[in-house]
Amino acid sequence: MKGKFTNVGIVIVSHSPLVAKGTADMVRQMVGDRVPLSWCGGNPEGGLGTNAAGILAAIEAAWSDHGVAVFVDLGGAETNSEMAIEMLGEPRSRLVAICNSPLVEGAVIAAAEASGGAPLAKVVATAEELSPS
Amino acid sequence: MQTDRALILGLIEACHDAITIHADDLCELDRAIGDGDHGTNMRRGCEAVYLDRERLCCLALPQAIELIGVALVMSVGGAAGPLYGTLLIELGRRLSILENEGDFALIFGEAIEAVARRGRAGAGDKTLLDVLYPIQAEIMRRSTLINIAKRAVLSAELTADMKAMRGRASFLGDRSVGHIDPGASSCAHLTTAICRYLEEYRPA
Repeated sequence: MKGKFTNVGIVIVSHSPLVAKGTADMVRQMVGDRVPLSWCGGNPEGGLGTNAAGILAAIEAAWSDHGVAVFVDLGGAETNSEMAIEMLGEPRSRLVAICNSPLVEGAVIAAAEASGGAPLAKVVATAEELSPS
Repeated sequence: MQTDRALILGLIEACHDAITIHADDLCELDRAIGDGDHGTNMRRGCEAVYLDRERLCCLALPQAIELIGVALVMSVGGAAGPLYGTLLIELGRRLSILENEGDFALIFGEAIEAVARRGRAGAGDKTLLDVLYPIQAEIMRRSTLINIAKRAVLSAELTADMKAMRGRASFLGDRSVGHIDPGASSCAHLTTAICRYLEEYRPA
């Protein structure tokens, strides 16, 4: 339990709840309970989509005072995540970063990094190394 | 002189009705170049605002606009939620400190810039900005409500000639040309509804 509060948290946001949960399962398999982890995806009618309210709740659920790294799939997921982070307000919003990386690979490698106690900047940088830029 | 209460209720109902009527068309437009849920998302948002109307109409207009923006952010989803939400939140906040009514066009322009930053988009990218910018220009030159509405509808139609640069439609590249942008279309419907309401119930 101790590590849960000292390691960076991971949030997975996909338009598809199945993709979000599946990615979270893969993260969990890798790091167990050593990182706070949460996912969200889908719209209130059970279809595909993302929304700021759900992402805000997911960030709260995976909250760590050491920061939270958010992984997103497509456009709206990113825009809604930015909105959710703003709604957290200062100073907590400064502890949350959206990673520019592939969803599954980024989340798994970031979680592995986070489980070793790496700071948020290192967790994000490790995931973003996967993205060609 | 109407109170804010009647004005807020009237505007909420006008927007709710416009989106309800056009929701299926908006989904149809979105199916052509996006993920097909724009009408459903907008209807969910307008429904949430409509259900909360008795609380919202007790507020001053600027505060009501800001809270409607928050409600849209929390309920619409997609990219439209944050974009329309940002527009109204920024507009409401600026209206609350507005001193001179003549500055409305300027603060509306600032709110539009906030939307552009949120979506990292600009004019000609085939988004709702391609309706918002022309509306702002009409307000700036003090056009009539009818002309503002006409310009909004025409501007939405003109997005058919544009190639999408942002959002899901941008994945289609040149194939996005020939289709009206759903966000631009909902923006034109809402503008028309608002202008018509103001024209009928608040003659200048």
